[in-house]
Amino acid sequence: MTSPEEHELHKRRKARNYALLAVLAGFVLLIFAVTIVKLGGHAGNPSAIAW
Amino acid sequence: MTTLERTDALDALGTAHDAGPRDYWALLKPRVMSLVVFTALIGLAAAPTGVHPVVAFASILCIAVGAGASGALNMWWDADIDAVMARTRNRPVPSGRVSPEEALGFGLGLSVLAVTMLAVFANFLAAGLLAFTIFFYAVIYTMWLKRSTPQNIVIGGAAGAFPPMIGWAVATGGVSVESILMFLVIFLWTPPHFWALALFRNDDYRDAGVPMLPVAAGEKTTRAQIWLYSIALVLIAFAPAFTQIGGPVYLAAAIWFNVSFLSAAWRVARRDEVAAAADRHRAEKKMFGVSIVYLFALFSALGIEAVLRAVFGDYAAWLVLF
Repeated sequence: MTSPEEHELHKRRKARNYALLAVLAGFVLLIFAVTIVKLGGHAGNPSAIAW
Repeated sequence: MTTLERTDALDALGTAHDAGPRDYWALLKPRVMSLVVFTALIGLAAAPTGVHPVVAFASILCIAVGAGASGALNMWWDADIDAVMARTRNRPVPSGRVSPEEALGFGLGLSVLAVTMLAVFANFLAAGLLAFTIFFYAVIYTMWLKRSTPQNIVIGGAAGAFPPMIGWAVATGGVSVESILMFLVIFLWTPPHFWALALFRNDDYRDAGVPMLPVAAGEKTTRAQIWLYSIALVLIAFAPAFTQIGGPVYLAAAIWFNVSFLSAAWRVARRDEVAAAADRHRAEKKMFGVSIVYLFALFSALGIEAVLRAVFGDYAAWLVLF
């Protein structure tokens, strides 16, 4: 059986892990969205992409 | 505060507990970050060249994270004086919820991430400006000027003035008279804004040993300096009206809010500490509030001008002088 302090500690750690998951998922989505925008209509012709 | 005292104060902070997501969020100084996001967004929107909304969003996010990272580095270094001041005592590091080492790692990691990603999303100039801003705030202001000179806020104010310039650089890839003027407005606005705060928070800064102008040079000098910087600010704040980012809306806002800023500054400048103590710093608190509305209003006016130009084309070309 866990003490109230341990329970509170686990709750905080869990919240932190979920927050990190959300941030990482958002980061992946952001990179994906910017990549699609930067590629534009030139996916088949990389030399025409304006970086 | 000496380095030895600073180390002792940090030791006294105790062992850090496991922090929750809110503590890391607080490390980013979200209120400062919101001002940075707002001014950077206006800098980006006011630029003559358009940016894809997704790239604009990603770039503003990088600028926000960079600003937050410098806030975390500031909290790491300033934990000793934050523990002394009532306003900052409950911050994550002085309250012991986040360890100083963790705050340092968090700030450094996010700084590198924000600058790198901005270089990828936008361009190297914008990323370079962001890197310089973080360095300026964390090292030049926080570690050096803040504790060593009463002019800390004057030079340190540059860090808060860069975001619209970065936003502009994201869109145009360059620096121009318009972005320099936006920089100057925030740069000159910072000293009177913070000195008004320092006048009614004087005890806090004195207890923490931070040489803010009222502590180091006295209230009389501070009030005179507030007046001088306000005049300089007002002169510069009119200039954007006559560039391609300005127009009638900005000019009207500049007239209205500059008059209100100057009259608030004059009320602070003409009285002494006895009068201020008698009404519990009413004029100083009023000026602090007026200054916040002032900056928000002027940059909002620039945003409105950007929308008007998008709808009506170059409708205010007759007003452009330089």
